[in-house]
Amino acid sequence: MAVGKEIRTKIKSVQNTQKITRAMQMVATSKMRKTQDRMRAARPYAEKVRQVMAHLAQTNPDAENPLLKKRDEIKRVGIILVTSDKGLAGGLNANLIRQFIAKSLEFNEAGIGVDVCAIGQKGLAAAQRLKMNVTASAIHLGDTPQMDKLIGPLTTMGKAYADGTIDALYIVYTRFVNTMKQEPTLEQLLPISTDKMVVEHPYSWEYLFEPDVGSVIDFLVRRYFESVVYQAVAENMASEQAARMVAMKAATDNAASLIDSLKLTYNKARQAAITTELSEIVSGAAAV
Amino acid sequence: MASTMHVDVVSAEEQIYSGEAEFLVAPAEMGEIGVYPRHAPLLTRIKPGSLRIRVPGQAEEVLVVVSGGMMEVQPSLITVLADTAVRGEDLDEQRAQEAKREAETTLNKANDDQEVATARAALKVAIAQLHALEYLRKRARH
Repeated sequence: MAVGKEIRTKIKSVQNTQKITRAMQMVATSKMRKTQDRMRAARPYAEKVRQVMAHLAQTNPDAENPLLKKRDEIKRVGIILVTSDKGLAGGLNANLIRQFIAKSLEFNEAGIGVDVCAIGQKGLAAAQRLKMNVTASAIHLGDTPQMDKLIGPLTTMGKAYADGTIDALYIVYTRFVNTMKQEPTLEQLLPISTDKMVVEHPYSWEYLFEPDVGSVIDFLVRRYFESVVYQAVAENMASEQAARMVAMKAATDNAASLIDSLKLTYNKARQAAITTELSEIVSGAAAV
Repeated sequence: MASTMHVDVVSAEEQIYSGEAEFLVAPAEMGEIGVYPRHAPLLTRIKPGSLRIRVPGQAEEVLVVVSGGMMEVQPSLITVLADTAVRGEDLDEQRAQEAKREAETTLNKANDDQEVATARAALKVAIAQLHALEYLRKRARH
């Protein structure tokens, strides 16, 4: 039958799209579970490092780590922008980049320069589009946060802080709240603020240090810094998969309702054609 | 008097061990140290090697192989922040041997300081794992 050829083609194409979005939804669901496990597995370490740092903050050791010291004047800051490599994850990256831009503008208005360290393809592209100063980047991380890929950019940012190129370092990432909710989050990384850390014991004591105070504190602070970023990347990955799953579910549902309404239109047209044909036959017969 | 202390061993990827212990031996930077409960507060770096944890009411010690990291000792609490850690029973002789061989070949071929340092570190980790396996085997024979 010649009726509704266009509509049938359209239905077919929407069905094909639906197949793709459904497959992506299922892939994201299975990946989400794994990324969430990884995120949870990384938490104990982050907590323990924080705890040791908190203990250390109470003892006032002689050595001062440059990463801990607050600077009086801030001329330039660094922002680590953690995004996903791939798109099709709903508003995940868009929301994050919006917050990032708002913060950068705020700094610019205050006459503070911004250096960007982009982790993830989307953030890198956005920063380049905005002609921002990208000093380090790590892309194509895959679905597992890998420390060895992060070490390079982190060292660059740590060094920039130590030699005074930047006076503060922030990290922007999407925090994983639950499957339906992910929040763009901005945290200050450097100088590491020890005020927020909980003091458990009111009395103070001194540590014994091996091999010496300076190197132990350097080592610990570095671990702390890395663990915070690692955790942020792990959370961002879990958020990415969750956001993609939700977005693809919505797309699949939309495709289903679109197919329904197209089918209705198609059937109506077909019915109309049959009715017309019938009435033509009947009126033809009556004329004879 | 408390005769046990709480021990937590965590690596960046996961929590390795958490529980009470009577005694612990750790490969500290300045030499192996043994820690009993109510030890003086101590912060030390640790070398590649194995941690031995004596758990109350258990004849066998818990063995954890670490490739370096940091240890915090408090009178009743020990926290080990390991760079990478493997539980004794998860060790694999063949893989450790392979890793050792690989590290040795890279060390021989290495031509700049950084490569040498990386290969040395990998070699130390593999050797620590093999020592731990040796220890486990000896213990099994007794």
